[in-house]
Amino acid sequence: MSEYNFAYLDEQTKRMIRRAILKALAIPGYQVPFASREMPMPYGWGTGGVQVSAACLMPEDTFKVIDQGADDTTNAVSIRKFFEKTAGVATTEETARASVIQTRHRIPETPLGEDQILVYQVPIPEPLRFLEPSEVETRKMHALEEYGLMHVKLYEDISRHGAIATAYAYPVKVAGRYVMDPSPIPKFDNPKLGDCPAIQLFGAGREQRIYALPPWTAVVSLDFEDHPFEASKAAADCALCGAGDSYLDEVIVDDEGGRMFVCSDTDYCRARRAAGHVGAQGAPEGVA
Amino acid sequence: MYVAVKGGEKAIEAAHGWLAEERRGDPGVAELSVAQIRGQMSLAVGRVMAEGSLYDSDLAALAIKQARGDLIEAIFLIRAYRTTLPRFGASLPVETGAMRCDRRISAVFKDAPGGQVLGPTFDYTHRLLDFALAAEGEAPEAARVAAAEKAMPHIMGYLDREGLMEREAEGVGVPPDMTREPMELPADRALRLQALARGDEGFLLGLAYSTQRGYARNHAFVAELRIGAVAVEMEIPELGFAIELGEVVLTECETVNQFTGSKTEPPQFTRGYGLVFGQTERKAIAMALVDRALRWRELGEEDQGAPAQDEEFVLMHCDNIQATGFLEHIKLPHYVDFQSELELVRRLRREAGDRREAAE
Repeated sequence: MSEYNFAYLDEQTKRMIRRAILKALAIPGYQVPFASREMPMPYGWGTGGVQVSAACLMPEDTFKVIDQGADDTTNAVSIRKFFEKTAGVATTEETARASVIQTRHRIPETPLGEDQILVYQVPIPEPLRFLEPSEVETRKMHALEEYGLMHVKLYEDISRHGAIATAYAYPVKVAGRYVMDPSPIPKFDNPKLGDCPAIQLFGAGREQRIYALPPWTAVVSLDFEDHPFEASKAAADCALCGAGDSYLDEVIVDDEGGRMFVCSDTDYCRARRAAGHVGAQGAPEGVA
Repeated sequence: MYVAVKGGEKAIEAAHGWLAEERRGDPGVAELSVAQIRGQMSLAVGRVMAEGSLYDSDLAALAIKQARGDLIEAIFLIRAYRTTLPRFGASLPVETGAMRCDRRISAVFKDAPGGQVLGPTFDYTHRLLDFALAAEGEAPEAARVAAAEKAMPHIMGYLDREGLMEREAEGVGVPPDMTREPMELPADRALRLQALARGDEGFLLGLAYSTQRGYARNHAFVAELRIGAVAVEMEIPELGFAIELGEVVLTECETVNQFTGSKTEPPQFTRGYGLVFGQTERKAIAMALVDRALRWRELGEEDQGAPAQDEEFVLMHCDNIQATGFLEHIKLPHYVDFQSELELVRRLRREAGDRREAAE
């Protein structure tokens, strides 16, 4: 598509975004304001991630897009097509083959490597937003490292429910300093955030913020000594590939409440089946 | 046997095909032309230009056609196109006092130099459906008189001269550009006005109305409302003087509001200001009221906790493209998050049940 610059954004805009990314990497977990552009897809549909990806992509990159862990969900398809068209980069569904992965709501099951960048789409970058609606106030709270309110909220959860009642977008503390929203990933994925060899970038387009986790950063999910953080998933194995260690989606299969659990990471599930793993209701790859 | 759902790509293509067919409607009925929309839906075109922040009536009309008449979708198309355009400079401030007015009214003086000009307004029409329009008719022709070649100075100038109006501080240099810088709060008035000018008409209407009903009430008189064409000029460094690039149709609203004065300052009137692309007077009036409400701090007024006084609330929520995108994104799949909530609620219920049993 010759009417647009490589990866859609003009070079000046990419430079502005790259500067924000560098600043974000220099101050892990800090939300850097950036002049987010209006993209040809709606705010709330990954415009932050798309801008960060556009600023990272080089012609030799291989790009993967997932939404809810899957490569074939409609919005993932739409974003992948956007970059196929505007950047002409190679795309893949295989986590290990991708150099840049844009994701919404999941971290791939396959461990990431040093030569990979994981780009998260972020709806609300501010972990304190639902405790304090004003941006002016929350910026002040981060500056003063005033996170008492968050601990009070978690404590109130425990006193009311006997457990911390946050199942996704579970807040973390980065490198002992900033409390950060990991985007709405299930808390099952939280342990993958820390000490990760890949670069992790978070883009919030509508809220005009970019933040980052440099490789091998310490990331701690907030908790209490007597109520330690626990990564949880459905107590089942994948019905297709038999995996017991992957995050599962629940699928309703009939109108009598019948259900099954399958891997949310479609590439992980496919690769396991290709390697001969078979779940309770699955068939080896190529037969189904 | 279960096979995971596939085929997002095919589904998207099919949806786009269906959308294109629906947009065209019954092929037995003549297709709307962009020129027809531009000429006969000119108020919709004005709104799309204003909130799309791009003065181009042909593109706005095309966007309305493509969006099947959904104006927010049309505004979105214009915004997405606008970001791809280079910004090669800033014009000189437009001289709205020299506007070639189609409409100019004042609610504070019965008459003033330049006179009251109603222009093409719905104001005194009786809102009765005109069934004659359903049939194809002749093009109506309005009575014509030669335009008087007289100046139409701003009404506000007459109050200014007496010192009854607050002095407007001179702007400092080039105003900020919210499309090139992230929004930082507190915002100065120039930035606030910029955000309001492209803000959603409905949102501003509701906010302005709330100030009239007592949420930060400050009665506004429309000192002047004018609609017409103004010349846009730009300094060309190589030439050393300004040249005219063209003209734009604008709606400008200036309100006069009460102000009690303070120990150091005698009572004076204060201002609210609205300036919008196109013939968009509801928006311009609403903008002026909201502008005035947001000025409580600089005018030493009380914070009543009203929504229209809360700069962050207004500026962070007035953009309909941001709002509609985020609102509608909840249509996207969220089953990973929902699954984690399901697990949590099931577990909490199980544990609550265990505790109840243990207690019995």
